[in-house]
Amino acid sequence: MTQAPQPVFEAPWHAQAFALAVHLNEKGAFAWPDWAEVFGVVLAEHGLTKELDGGDDYFLAWIDALERICTRKNLAEAEALAGLKAQWERAYLNTPHGDPVRIDAG
Amino acid sequence: MPHDHHDHDDDHALLPPDPALRVKALETLLTRKGLIDPAALDEIIETYAHKVGPRNGAQVVAKAWSDPAFKERLLDDATSVCADLGFYGRQGEHLVAVENTAEQHNIVVCTLCSCYPWPLLGIPPGWYKSDAYRARVVREPRAVLADFGVQLPDGQAVRVWDSTAEIRYLVIPQRPEGTDGLDEAALADLVTRDSMIGCGLANTP
Repeated sequence: MTQAPQPVFEAPWHAQAFALAVHLNEKGAFAWPDWAEVFGVVLAEHGLTKELDGGDDYFLAWIDALERICTRKNLAEAEALAGLKAQWERAYLNTPHGDPVRIDAG
Repeated sequence: MPHDHHDHDDDHALLPPDPALRVKALETLLTRKGLIDPAALDEIIETYAHKVGPRNGAQVVAKAWSDPAFKERLLDDATSVCADLGFYGRQGEHLVAVENTAEQHNIVVCTLCSCYPWPLLGIPPGWYKSDAYRARVVREPRAVLADFGVQLPDGQAVRVWDSTAEIRYLVIPQRPEGTDGLDEAALADLVTRDSMIGCGLANTP
């Protein structure tokens, strides 16, 4: 092996999104072929407007697919997700640098 | 230290990028509903970031090069043969091994998304997931191979295998010349990730 190993995940959120799909599949939330179908459709949609390079754009499609399959299967509601995202954003902006970032239990 | 911020960016925690916040929202909601276990997520990340990778596949290939009977079994039923070696689980349920020969070179793609034999090769590299590779390798595999620096003899056919959520492929590259005396461990060092996708050849000693 002459090449230095590349990081498997380029960004922490790539890894977290990846793990979410794998874990949900293993918990029986959806079958992997169902996931592949939804993800394939999302990738094709994203690929209409630009050529995907397999990096950030790949995992953006992954997240779109996760949200789509979770809302379709009634595991997550779009409004609840939007609300939590806003809460997290506020929490980051209001937490002093260096402190752990938390949101209130819902 | 240069300090030319005009707002209060330095005072609060660094705001993660938008998609990271979307993932956090999903994780929070699903955790609150009891649908996921955050510790299991960490375990999955740890596994694929550090434990599972192409060295697994390289061991299988080296064994196939060294042991003709093993290779026959591998070509016949890769799933159970790899499971016997401890390489099984997520995305490895239906493995098919395809052997490169002087007559045929094999190359693997997933045109739908990015299906890949995780237990043997880990998580696919970025280029495997790119539109450029997924679309082009089917149309012009020899040109794609040339981009990887691989020039095949004219007489060697190229077969493209399209992975699915059900079937994952492992390419057994041709054993390089000059490796007669090498043991499995030394042979495994010659087997690159790309050679097991079919976009490269095994290294020579």
